[in-house]
Amino acid sequence: MNPPRLPEASRATPAGAWRQALIAAVQDGLPLVPEPFAALAATLGCDEAEVRAGLAALLADGTVRRLGVVVRHRELGFAANAMVVWDVPDTRVDALGAQLAAEPAVTLCYRRPRVPPHWPYNLFCMIHGHDRAAVLAELAAIVGRHGLGELPHRPLFSRQRFKQRGARYLDRGAPS
Amino acid sequence: MPAAFPAAPSASFVLDALDWRLLDEFQRDFPLDAQPWARIGERLGLGADAVLARLTRLQALGCIARVGPVFAPKRAGASLLAALAVAPQRLAEVAAIVSAQPEVNHNYEREPAGLDFNLWFVLTAADAAALDAAIARIESATGLTVMRLPLEREYHIDLGFRLHGGRP
Repeated sequence: MNPPRLPEASRATPAGAWRQALIAAVQDGLPLVPEPFAALAATLGCDEAEVRAGLAALLADGTVRRLGVVVRHRELGFAANAMVVWDVPDTRVDALGAQLAAEPAVTLCYRRPRVPPHWPYNLFCMIHGHDRAAVLAELAAIVGRHGLGELPHRPLFSRQRFKQRGARYLDRGAPS
Repeated sequence: MPAAFPAAPSASFVLDALDWRLLDEFQRDFPLDAQPWARIGERLGLGADAVLARLTRLQALGCIARVGPVFAPKRAGASLLAALAVAPQRLAEVAAIVSAQPEVNHNYEREPAGLDFNLWFVLTAADAAALDAAIARIESATGLTVMRLPLEREYHIDLGFRLHGGRP
């Protein structure tokens, strides 16, 4: 079986431009209509099989991490979330990042630069829970399992959500 | 049939077991088929129309942000986590300025936990220059200095958000 490729030969549009147009068309989600790929194809001026092949290619090359239902935690009862920030020695940060990422309660885990003198923290992970106590209990369990009691860290709990939407890499001309 | 249970103590809607399965089991591997709702329905014992109606309701209720892609950082464009230290009396004003930027996807107040930074936001754009321009607009409009925390390394593979039927 051949790996999926972006369709390009059937059109004058360069492959890069078509790829960008496809990303722009799907970044806010598939239309919830009986034939979503046909609907996207109509806006892109191609046929629906090309849309499906194009999405398969974006998944295969890693541009799209996953394609499916993107849930909103807060509305589903996961009312609390904390971005836990850690100050980890540079020699240890990658190993600890991998350990935290493997924790079921951790949904995101990133290394970011310190910004002295204001910001000493270089490892960020997100923990969601039904309430604050559940998040703190998960954090305590993680600290215990990995022996992190001595490591400076702080849970930054969310308060007000001012804006949340999917990442938008291309301007579609319509501010949200 | 499994008993229905509420989504959240304060929620005014009730989700049934099939709703929870739609939310939990289809966060990845969306069928790239001309009739995707029918393919999903085959796994749930539902017709295509019923799947579409349920997803439409879940989106209207706010349970679903979208049925669509989650992009890998750095692959589709540029992104940045940023933070501001905002005086409490200016928070609403500054948050509105940040949210008004089209590059901003997420904008949250977080407890500062003894630190100064209490407004956290994520920006994405086609390239770094567009991010720089958005940061410059925010700094100019607020008079505050934005702390930039670009992604250096990602450890987690995003497999979706496990709901376990909504139960803890």
